[in-house]
Amino acid sequence: MRKPEFVYVTYIETTAEKLWEALTSSEFSRRYWFNTELKTDWKVGSPFALVMDGTTTDVGEVLEFDRPRRLSYTFHHVLSEAARKERPTRVVFNLEPHGKLVKLTLTHEDFEDGSVILDGISKGWPAILSSLKSMLESGTALAIPPSALGIEGFA
Amino acid sequence: MNIDHFKPAIVYTIYIASTPEKVWEALTTAEFSRKYFSGNAVEVDLKIGGAFVVRQPDGSVHISGEVIECVSPRRLTVTFNVNWPALIEKLGPTLVTYEIEPAGDVVKLTLIQSHDRPISDDILSGGRQGWPAILSSLKSLLETGNALVIKMEPPHRMLAALKQMGITTP
Repeated sequence: MRKPEFVYVTYIETTAEKLWEALTSSEFSRRYWFNTELKTDWKVGSPFALVMDGTTTDVGEVLEFDRPRRLSYTFHHVLSEAARKERPTRVVFNLEPHGKLVKLTLTHEDFEDGSVILDGISKGWPAILSSLKSMLESGTALAIPPSALGIEGFA
Repeated sequence: MNIDHFKPAIVYTIYIASTPEKVWEALTTAEFSRKYFSGNAVEVDLKIGGAFVVRQPDGSVHISGEVIECVSPRRLTVTFNVNWPALIEKLGPTLVTYEIEPAGDVVKLTLIQSHDRPISDDILSGGRQGWPAILSSLKSLLETGNALVIKMEPPHRMLAALKQMGITTP
């Protein structure tokens, strides 16, 4: 049995630097991440927060900032009481040049058994990263209606 | 074929700025698939029981199967068996389902690879590596007109596991 985690791989026609910029700047994240801002100074050990439409959804701490290869932070969903009771999880982005492309691997790990957020993040990341890929390749992020994700409470 | 006892082993979802009809066409025609699937041509007779084949650039059959579910342009399920001697005998049939759903002005495409028995992570590493590459390229093709060139070899751990099971690979 695999330990509970979520892994998503996508290939993007861009450079590692541009992808890094998109993963770490609110100017970009607002466009592909359901109007989410990244609140942090990106220093290892600094606080980190995701703020969607002005509401803080997730908080954590910067763990790694190895530009433009590896980025990680802890991730603690704070919108529901049940999620707040769980221990923080960990988000890791790996960026690897692959010919003229970049292979992006997201690993979201260290969930408690029976985590209440695993289903939601498993539905959220494909939408966010699909939109990120579109933004970098075509210049236009995707307008995905939140209700299409099928996440309870996100519509 | 009864597919009730198959369980999903790999699920991959990708959102594409396109229409369900165009995604369906990309998944089911040789012309499109050659562009995003490393030169491989998908040939499928779109009716229940119809033949499903993936032909390599040299014309040889790489994957063969049959259509199990076919609801254009929403859902396609096929058996998806790589033509390596002893593979079906040892691993059983592989089932692949494509679900296509409108999501606002874009399309949500979900790939599900299912099996009728437990399959090791070593064997599944092939699909876990391959599907994101194929579907990332399909998305690029439909959105920008250009598929991606993604060179890759089968994972060593999969080849080693197949060899150990007595399954011969080229």
